[in-house]
Amino acid sequence: MTGNDKLTTKNRRSDRSSDRRIWLLIAAIALVATLFVPFSQFVLQVEYDYTLRTVALGGSLLGIVSGVLGCFAVLRRQSLLGDALSHAALPGVAIAFLLAGRDLGLLLIGAGVTSWLGVYFIRLVTGTTRIKQDAAMGIVLAAWFAAGIALLVYIQARPDASQAGLDTFIFGQAAAIVEGDVRLIAAVGAVAFIVLGLFWKEFKLITFDPEFAGANGFRVNLLSLLLSTLIVAAIVLGLQLAGVILMVGMLIASGIAARQWTNQLGQMVILSAVFGAFAGGVGAIVSAVDADVPTGPLIVVVAFLLVAVSLGFAPGRGLVWTLLRQRSDRRLFAAQTMLQDLYHYALDHGRADLPAPEPFLVGVRGATAREGLRQLQARGHAQRSNGAWMLTPAGIEAAARDDRNHLLWSVYRQYGDDLALPVVGEDRQQDIADVLPPAAVAKLEYKLDTIRNAAASSAQQQPQTGAVTDH
Amino acid sequence: MSVRSGKAPHDDWAAALEIDDLTVAYNSRPAIWDIDLRVPEGVLMAVIGPNGAGKSTLIKAALKLIPRAAGTVRFYGQPYEQVRGLVGYVPQRGSVDWDFPTTALDVVSMGLYGRLGWIRRPGQGDRESAMHALQQVGMQDFADRQISQLSGGQQQRTFLARALVQDARIYLMDEPFAAVDAVTERAIITILRELRARGKTVVVVHHDLQTAPEYFDWVTLLNVEIVASGPIAATFTPDNLRQTYGGRVAYLHEGQRIAGLEDE
Repeated sequence: MTGNDKLTTKNRRSDRSSDRRIWLLIAAIALVATLFVPFSQFVLQVEYDYTLRTVALGGSLLGIVSGVLGCFAVLRRQSLLGDALSHAALPGVAIAFLLAGRDLGLLLIGAGVTSWLGVYFIRLVTGTTRIKQDAAMGIVLAAWFAAGIALLVYIQARPDASQAGLDTFIFGQAAAIVEGDVRLIAAVGAVAFIVLGLFWKEFKLITFDPEFAGANGFRVNLLSLLLSTLIVAAIVLGLQLAGVILMVGMLIASGIAARQWTNQLGQMVILSAVFGAFAGGVGAIVSAVDADVPTGPLIVVVAFLLVAVSLGFAPGRGLVWTLLRQRSDRRLFAAQTMLQDLYHYALDHGRADLPAPEPFLVGVRGATAREGLRQLQARGHAQRSNGAWMLTPAGIEAAARDDRNHLLWSVYRQYGDDLALPVVGEDRQQDIADVLPPAAVAKLEYKLDTIRNAAASSAQQQPQTGAVTDH
Repeated sequence: MSVRSGKAPHDDWAAALEIDDLTVAYNSRPAIWDIDLRVPEGVLMAVIGPNGAGKSTLIKAALKLIPRAAGTVRFYGQPYEQVRGLVGYVPQRGSVDWDFPTTALDVVSMGLYGRLGWIRRPGQGDRESAMHALQQVGMQDFADRQISQLSGGQQQRTFLARALVQDARIYLMDEPFAAVDAVTERAIITILRELRARGKTVVVVHHDLQTAPEYFDWVTLLNVEIVASGPIAATFTPDNLRQTYGGRVAYLHEGQRIAGLEDE
């Protein structure tokens, strides 16, 4: 086993601190959002009229709904499915217009129907043929979108004034959003959340392990279709604002960002909702700076900024964090290596505080030596005099403890079975006394002493046979 | 394996799992063909065969996770739908995404979802039984650990704990020994033996011929069809193994010491 087996108490503490981190992050975002309103008013000269308030509210609500449902799309590896579905909504808009004229509710229902047919077709193709899911999604995306474009061009050629602006469904147009639309988003979102709340455990199970869910009697296909239907609903709601091409960005961006900050599904969903609300609201307000700045693309850009920040800075998974951890690991291991080098060099030459010449150490270890010696000096474990390094009393104690710990681990590996000790993962970075009960450590120490005494007495008889230590 | 020929002499067994005429086909090729199998209660049974022999398919078809072309499967004389609570399942470790945002304890409590039924959420008592199952596999210290931070062996033990918490009478396990180190393998076999000692029946897809005679007391040799099934001493013979694996197995030692040359 690996260095993953850290101390449990450390673990628990880090889990609790991750909980706290989520709430701090949410508070920080709320703070930025509230500060952003006066900033936009006085610096960007944005005027908070009825239209902007409606659009910002609509954007935020949509961000919440799509952020929450998007988490499942991301975790089910269906991000591209979301893209295919939103493209597949376009012919529905056109067909609904041809059949029933310009009525938003009917247009969205049409969008939902063709989008849902797209899901169904993809499932049918992947379930019954050897065509893989990405190919099935690709063909649905292209074919449905092509049909939509063809129908829209046909509609626009007709001498009928009511068709004007139907093409905004392609890129989205926030200004078209009215109070009724916001209510619709809120109502559909509420229904989606109720369903999600009721079937939370089922959705989690089919997302993580559909086979196990099936073996336990859950209707995996039905649940999966229900979840897909909710995702389709979120997509359809967002079409007016973001358009069929960009809707996938709203759907998955906040989920991806949220995943970086937490290891719990519940927290991920809440955080994703907060990110979505932030992106939706801020994107809408910024786009009000100038009438020509489109809202949908701006919301997606803000959402992507959240993704970029999360990928860069999230603790544990973020790029910056990884680099920092790598650096601290390098230092730690360099220090440990040099501590052992100095200790054994000195012991081999007679006494533990004997100085070792620096050129020799650097010649053997290179950059590790310089880094490690610097670390040891900083910790007060080693000191430099006359171009040589020697361990301080604290350093000798630390090296001896380290050395004994390594020896006990190696005795455990070789004799753990014979001594009937509990089975644990071997991790030399850990003090063995933290992993094994005291009685087990005592047995190991006794065994180690026995081995050493045997080695010492045989060494007296035959001085040329080597030591039995692990080094 | 003609129609029911294998059944008659064994009718006095209490069969934990009884499979008749089971055939599963992928793209009109049989993955398993006309399987007749009876697993008596209380055995620790290995399902052994080369790659592509249909070992996992057999288990999945028994649990109705994949469609059957023909055949019936009964657990304790009942169809699976009526006795789900008696059957525990450990899928292959590689079948799920271990980067899923959840903890080891949460994965184990998923074993209780089937008993809870629709909509109901696990409560405090359920969390305690999940914790107890983690303890049984020696993973109590890792309860709050994000599952991607577990080693492969720890992930496998988490899956095992999830099956233990189901408190089933028969367990079907798909390659629990795949890619785990010696320490984990020892921990897992100890748990399986404990299960058997408590009268449970355990069916394990296994591919290590070396350890099979030591670990198991019953064996089914499978290569699309059933080659042989029965007590390991009488069934795990060079002849039967040759029939299962063809000429790809070398028989190095006398008796049952067999070196597998499986290309895995």
